[in-house]
Amino acid sequence: MNALSIKNLEKTYAGGTRALDGVSLEMPPGDFFALLGPNGAGKTTLIGIVTGLVNKSAGEVEVFGANIDREPEQARTYIGVVPQNLNINIFEKVIDIVVNQAGYYGVPRSRALPRAEKILADLNLYEKRYEPAQRLSGGMQRRLMIARALIHEPRFLILDEPTAGVDVELRRSMWGYLTGLTQQGITILLTTHYLEEAERLAKHVAIINKGSIVAQGSMEEILALHDESAHTGKLRGGRLEEVFLQLTQS
Amino acid sequence: MTPYEQWISFYTIVRKDIVRIFRIWPQTFLPSIVTSTLYFLIFGSFLGSRIGNVSGVPYVMFVVPGLVMLSVVMNSYANTSFTMFASKFFARSIDEILVSPTPPWILVAGFVSGGIIRGLIIGALVLGVSLFFTHLIIFNLAVIILFLILTSLVFSLGGLVNGVYATSIDGINIIPTFILTPLLYLGGVFYSVTSLPGAWGIVTQIDPIFYIINGFRYGFLGLSDAPLSVCFGVLLFFAAVLAAMNWYLLKKGFGLRQ
Repeated sequence: MNALSIKNLEKTYAGGTRALDGVSLEMPPGDFFALLGPNGAGKTTLIGIVTGLVNKSAGEVEVFGANIDREPEQARTYIGVVPQNLNINIFEKVIDIVVNQAGYYGVPRSRALPRAEKILADLNLYEKRYEPAQRLSGGMQRRLMIARALIHEPRFLILDEPTAGVDVELRRSMWGYLTGLTQQGITILLTTHYLEEAERLAKHVAIINKGSIVAQGSMEEILALHDESAHTGKLRGGRLEEVFLQLTQS
Repeated sequence: MTPYEQWISFYTIVRKDIVRIFRIWPQTFLPSIVTSTLYFLIFGSFLGSRIGNVSGVPYVMFVVPGLVMLSVVMNSYANTSFTMFASKFFARSIDEILVSPTPPWILVAGFVSGGIIRGLIIGALVLGVSLFFTHLIIFNLAVIILFLILTSLVFSLGGLVNGVYATSIDGINIIPTFILTPLLYLGGVFYSVTSLPGAWGIVTQIDPIFYIINGFRYGFLGLSDAPLSVCFGVLLFFAAVLAAMNWYLLKKGFGLRQ
């Protein structure tokens, strides 16, 4: 059973914008999967549909076999999501944000509190647990959103640009943390504009452009698409970056 | 979710709201205390002494149930409309619940319970303030409690619908200012319908809040301008309609899911 199975997913917004145009994807359990694409390609829409924040126009989505239309509650219990934009109540205390999130999944406070303290300690936020979220730095708020996403012990973690605006040192420590999660068996779907991050972390990759998947496969398969002769510019990036540009600029 | 997990989710939504209500008590509790004190002072003591008795009781005693309801209605409504609006537009913290397995009816129940609790606390506080100006007669305690709870329920549900639909801060201010306030003032807070001339009596009787205030007043004074059963019926009708609307809107994700 796949962690995520998407078939012919389509989304047209009320204004007529077609964000997804027949996307199909499969993610095996335990995978570290990178979904890459330029701004406006449809990554956040796809994540929104999987997590229940966006209504799809057509297609099928299953999370660990639970169909998001027929068993939405079951599908959501499997998922933890770190959104692209900050969506925490900044007036709430750090510990309350995390423990309340557990509550929405039916985890009682008595069980959620020690769990929250451990996750916050793992993410170097333990000392800040009684502070209102507004007193945290941008990087700390990003880590708080990761802690919140993990509190109900999801099998599938979705990270929508989790390292955007985070300094190099912190980004590297987050890489280590995320790698540790996949070693515990958690499946991760990552979107990022830092392609070296995806190249370093992901086992599988899909590249989406204008609402359609233009390439998908293992990291090796995607890197093998690199066409040295197609390079014409003076500036050079990593191999994944070159493949990405070839696929999304054509 | 199992029923126990649903209970935990419901408890979490309510607890979070109660913590918020008490954290910002100068915004949630204090205005009603100040306003009702002024009302009791002006309409009860200053003017009331000149008006004398209404329906056989001193004027200040007559206006107590209406002034309590005025605060309960406005606070229950504001609680859910603002909480929903703020969680949609200030950082989208509503997404925390929307991505979880919490079913829509628990979301409705949780938000509305917060509004009911705030309404009940405000009702008790305004009643407490009234004791400085008059003594209270309690004709039927069960009717008082039932009307307090049902009124808070109805206006919490109404506020939630407003919060779901609102797309700007104006959207949650227009209905309280231009619809609820006139309905409250024309609903018999300060007068008995029997004292009104011709058409104004009819206008008052088509105002649903008239029945709410009169039912509540019956619990205190044992007198009402409308039959108690009609007063209950009006509240139950609006509770049922608004509960169904909320459930449908949140199930469809109207204003919440794109």
